[in-house]
Amino acid sequence: MFRNQYDTDVTTWSPAGRLFQVEYAMEAVKQGSAAIGLRSKTHVVLASVNKASSELSSHQKKIFKVDDHIGVAIAGLTADGRVLSRYMRNECINYSYTYESPLPVGRLVVQLADKAQVCTQRSWKRPYGVGLLVGGLDESGAHLYYNCPSGNYFEYQAFAIGSRSQAAKTYLERKFESFMDSSRENLIKDALFALRETLQGEKMTSSICTISILGAGEAFHVLDQETVQRLINEFEIVGEEPPADEAAAPDAEAAAEAATEGAAPDQGAAPMDI
Amino acid sequence: MTKQQANWSPYDNNGGTCVAIAGADYCVIAADTRMSTGYSILTRDYSKIIQLADKSVMASSGFQADVRALQKVLAARHLIYQHQHNKQMSCPAMAQLLSNTLYFKRFFPYYAFNVLGGLDSEGKGCVFTYDAVGSYERVGYSAQGSGATLITPFLDNQLKSPSPLLLPAKDAVTPLSEIEAIDLVKTCFASATERDIYTGDKVEMLVLNASGIRREFMELRKD
Repeated sequence: MFRNQYDTDVTTWSPAGRLFQVEYAMEAVKQGSAAIGLRSKTHVVLASVNKASSELSSHQKKIFKVDDHIGVAIAGLTADGRVLSRYMRNECINYSYTYESPLPVGRLVVQLADKAQVCTQRSWKRPYGVGLLVGGLDESGAHLYYNCPSGNYFEYQAFAIGSRSQAAKTYLERKFESFMDSSRENLIKDALFALRETLQGEKMTSSICTISILGAGEAFHVLDQETVQRLINEFEIVGEEPPADEAAAPDAEAAAEAATEGAAPDQGAAPMDI
Repeated sequence: MTKQQANWSPYDNNGGTCVAIAGADYCVIAADTRMSTGYSILTRDYSKIIQLADKSVMASSGFQADVRALQKVLAARHLIYQHQHNKQMSCPAMAQLLSNTLYFKRFFPYYAFNVLGGLDSEGKGCVFTYDAVGSYERVGYSAQGSGATLITPFLDNQLKSPSPLLLPAKDAVTPLSEIEAIDLVKTCFASATERDIYTGDKVEMLVLNASGIRREFMELRKD
């Protein structure tokens, strides 16, 4: 981005009416590894790419359980994301304690957005450098929200954030109209395909992605590696084109063949920060 | 100049009795379901037992409003623990948390007399017994509440080996089988019901073992 004389303070407007520090914070979100969310009438799927900063290290946690009925996927400064997740968990616990019922998702994202806004209007603070995809289920159904560092929030049918998220968004834009009535399995399948788009040719295995789901009668949880690998194989995602909208019969031979090719994923190219 | 006295008390005693017995690989926690105030009965069907975690169950007699508040605080603290540690609290950990929570209100106590029962990390039954401000001890069996004075001597007689009265202190677990322990609990409540006006109606029993948790009820005298 461009350095200019109006971007030092978050409380300084530019003559064009922009707050550069806030915009720079949004850039930090784009640098993080991809996170994707989709929702149907009854379920929300959150998925993320596991990028490790080097071959020696483990990957950072990008998907957090906030409550049984709410989960969040983050992109950007994971430290900021962790702190906000702790805040969200606390809010849910306190609401449950007082009202003995789950915190409606719409309320939580407003509180989150207001918290982010504060950091855009104090000279001694800086905006949170993390974008949050908040998925949740409440009395009004399943919801997916995106919270920006700017303090804005939007509701989505499906969305992707982080690096190479445009590829995923293109895929989602093609398919989103069918999501509302999607089955649980198809929603996960679409999440995996969207995630694959962000990998840009890298081999898709269960170790490079994290999938989580919540829905009617199903508390938020992260799917374990075996399940994810099985789904990847089943949906023949390993190296093939996504099938037509109807569920394709799993092509077991092609999937097994591609899996045994075993080209190691190119980890050296990963950016240093998440 | 006589000392000023309060003209109301923030506390009330809703009566009731709680019992817990620890076995080699199980734990029984039981409480009657009568809730009283003064000489009246408020309800015959109130549960004093709550499952705080996978392997921790608490039964509390005393002032049920304070008991309910205490249960909520512990449940919220357990959620926080799960978020931070990615696992359930063990029974001994919950025991310490309960003690700390009670002492936190040392100068305006929870009027709650608790027994915590469950399975420890080795799968053996454990029972912890408390006073109102958090002093606690792991024991093989315990009774609290209005019928405790009637039940405890009987349990001392029947379960001598894990008794803290015996020196040197032995392993705090009864040699009884699960069926025998449940039967013993039923006998305790049937006896206490005879003479304690605050105990009766029904006894709710929770049994924790390796295969999970099971609930049983038994009718008691309603007078």
